[in-house]
Amino acid sequence: MSGTLEQFAADAVKLARSLGASDAECTISEGEEFSAAIRMREVESLKEAGSRGAGIRVLVGQRGGSSYTSDLSKTGMEQMVRAALELAKITSDDPHAGLPDVAELGKLESDLCLYDPAIGQMETEWKIAQAKRAEEAALSFDPRIQNSEGASFDSQQSRRVFANSRGFLGSYASASCGLSVVPVARQNEAMERDYWHSAARSAAKLESPEDVGRIAAQRALRRLNARKVPTQKVPVVFEPRTARALLSEIFDAVNGGAIYKHASFLAGKLGETIASEKLTVIDDATIPGLFGTSPFDDEGVASRRTVVIERGVLKSYLLNTYTARKLGLKTTGNASRGITGNAGVGPGNFFIEAGALTPGEIIKGVRSGFYVTELIGGGANTVTGDYSSGAAGLWIENGELAYPVSEITIAGDMSRMLREIEHIGSDLEFRGSIAAPTLMIAEMMISGQ
Amino acid sequence: MGLSQSFFAERFGLTERDLEAYLSEALSAGGEYADLYFEYLATSSIGIDEEIVKSATEGVTLGVGVRVIAGERTGYAYSDDLSPEKIRKAARVAAMIAKGPASTVKTGFEVARQHNLYSMIRAPHELGLAERVELVKRADKAARAYDSRVFQVQATYADSLRHVMVATSEGTLSFDRQPMARMSVMVLAREKTGAPQHGYAGGGGRVTLDFFLNEKTPEHFATEAARQAIVQLGAKEAPAGETTVVLGPGWPGILLHEAVGHGLEADFNRKGTSAFSGRVGQQVASPLCTVIDDGTIHNRRGSLNVDDEGVPTQRNVLIENGILRGYLQDKLSSKLMHSRPSGNGRRESYQHIPMPRMTNTYMLAGESDPEEIIKSVKKGLYCKMFGGGQVDITSGNFVFSATESYLIEDGKLTAPVRGASLIGNGPEALKHVSMVGRDLQLDEGMGICGKEGQSVPVGVGIPTVKIDKMTVGGTAA
Repeated sequence: MSGTLEQFAADAVKLARSLGASDAECTISEGEEFSAAIRMREVESLKEAGSRGAGIRVLVGQRGGSSYTSDLSKTGMEQMVRAALELAKITSDDPHAGLPDVAELGKLESDLCLYDPAIGQMETEWKIAQAKRAEEAALSFDPRIQNSEGASFDSQQSRRVFANSRGFLGSYASASCGLSVVPVARQNEAMERDYWHSAARSAAKLESPEDVGRIAAQRALRRLNARKVPTQKVPVVFEPRTARALLSEIFDAVNGGAIYKHASFLAGKLGETIASEKLTVIDDATIPGLFGTSPFDDEGVASRRTVVIERGVLKSYLLNTYTARKLGLKTTGNASRGITGNAGVGPGNFFIEAGALTPGEIIKGVRSGFYVTELIGGGANTVTGDYSSGAAGLWIENGELAYPVSEITIAGDMSRMLREIEHIGSDLEFRGSIAAPTLMIAEMMISGQ
Repeated sequence: MGLSQSFFAERFGLTERDLEAYLSEALSAGGEYADLYFEYLATSSIGIDEEIVKSATEGVTLGVGVRVIAGERTGYAYSDDLSPEKIRKAARVAAMIAKGPASTVKTGFEVARQHNLYSMIRAPHELGLAERVELVKRADKAARAYDSRVFQVQATYADSLRHVMVATSEGTLSFDRQPMARMSVMVLAREKTGAPQHGYAGGGGRVTLDFFLNEKTPEHFATEAARQAIVQLGAKEAPAGETTVVLGPGWPGILLHEAVGHGLEADFNRKGTSAFSGRVGQQVASPLCTVIDDGTIHNRRGSLNVDDEGVPTQRNVLIENGILRGYLQDKLSSKLMHSRPSGNGRRESYQHIPMPRMTNTYMLAGESDPEEIIKSVKKGLYCKMFGGGQVDITSGNFVFSATESYLIEDGKLTAPVRGASLIGNGPEALKHVSMVGRDLQLDEGMGICGKEGQSVPVGVGIPTVKIDKMTVGGTAA
């Protein structure tokens, strides 16, 4: 099967060249998905299917055009290529457009542990049982858990193929599975839900269903009977799940696409101290078995490790070929796209290096502050660095988690928040392509009563 | 129109016998209902950035989704290949949800009643590429001409045409041809020194390119985006804490979408996990508030002739004079709740299971003069534009982000303030509505709603509304 897809990609590029493209690149993506949803101990839904699609981007001189199709026949290919060439007639000359230099093309040859064939062979009954066990663990954890939004087990397998007219042809398969539970806790009139999710590139690496269910239940329970606190400035501690959201705002701000447009508060700050010297941020797409790992990026450039912020100093932006050329820099191998169009910039494994303190030690040092376990809505304005988000969590009193808090917002200025990072936890875990440990910021504005 | 004149019959040779055979296969292990959702989607988009037309993309996807319902259970499978073997295979996979003797499928189909909400002068594929490029070039020019402090403009035009056909085991058949077009403009502006600010405007609906030539022009969106960016250049820190909030008309209706709309989707209420569960007949808003979800408004982004389960859309009263009246239903939830579908069963594509979703959600106009509303506020915040929002269905807490707002001091709008999130609780927030303007406006057509990983286009609308108490998440103490 993969041989056919590689052939299709190479042929599409060849066809584009023969019809007048000076350069072309073709991406194919093929995937299969499965999901089993359980609710209140019964199967709620089962879904299983596969699909595929191909996309092409052509350059005629400095003008680009792209198209895509789900029809991977000879006719489909020809229609796709002709449509892209037609579109290249209406775009403008862009002096920076173009494929990566041949010297930049390449792929990692070592085993990146992205594909465990066992994921495709798991029995449906076994997957259903995992979700049932996880939900049962949540439902039986405490009498206040009487309802549930359900539990699910899902798995995906996919293959990505990329070819370009500079001689690159590569493909790789990946697979992953995940287990999640969303219990609802209730006490009198108060009702709260929370979730826990475990995902991995092999079933053996998932947290046990019992752990997933219990953690989800504990999280929902501790939110019950939340208070709204007065408006005030206090230290804020982000647990890893919310620290990760904050880190994704930093990703947007070092994204080369925002930098060259001056649409980031970090534009023009390369080499400057922009954060506390406790902060080191890395992007590394070469770590085996993780979610942001790949042998090459979506332009056929070999994956690598890039130090983005080193002890508070901004060392590198994250770039694809286009944004690198705009900035007079070299690509960092972060090109990202669906199956068509101009490449954007995406993370490999983008993470904050772990610090020395445990989360407990960080909380212990706070006399009065806010421990954020959930962020809703809002976020950062990447252009200005203004940050404002809805939040829920626990109030910290004299170094202890004292009571739940909700219906408040937290706000600050990203430039200042970065400089005021006081502690970084030792609890770094890779649950997705963006990962952060517990993080404490010296002071943010809480809006409440 | 019958099947034989339909897009799918002409293009793929599908006959009623084929549909019956696939539905029988889907019900071969029992279950009381099955449906087939055929979808063919052609899209195009063009983007300008730095005065260079940098991107132009077109494409086509097609597929069929097969669903089987057995009690509370749903089996789902899809195929991006419409060959009989592949559709039968998907039907067999979906059938695995049921375990029993085969159920029978009704023979013959009746074409469902439906609206005609978006007739097209010219379908997207009849339009020239040059015309589309001209739209983004005009937007770029207009934004730059608005003010010399504008230094970056990005404009996109995107349109699509979706052909759908839904065939059910109850013997109903429905077709639709759904256009969608949208323009968006992003502008950055800056003073000679100091940080840049951005502005964003966009809109469209179930229209085609002609709408942007004749009704809402590229210049309209471009100047609006530029105006917002320029206003932000002079903005001060937003206030922090509880204050009186006045929402301007139009897109600020996103408040309704987050505060009540999601919480009234029937799936959450059937499961008892919404903050609104079991509250029909109760006071959940001030008597000034009547909230409607209406999928039948001509050419609106959230409108549909039939929903994605083949049910005609309708106008549903959610809250009437402050009293909760009803939920947004799809087929599965309405059956389990002994109610009726309300035309709100929607899905992102053939790869997705339908669920209850909003269409166009808005509050009816009241009697107050908008200017009087602002005049009545001694100290507060006037919010004119918003970005997105989010809600926690179970606790009812929701957030929406103001991108353009002004302080109200002694009944007058004064300084513009920077972006900030507003937070409230769904069943409580609208109880604090004390004035409703007579200036109901629907938004310009840029809403995308996300739920459980599925995105669908929606509309919102609201008149000028005064909320006595709401928490604003700024930084100024």
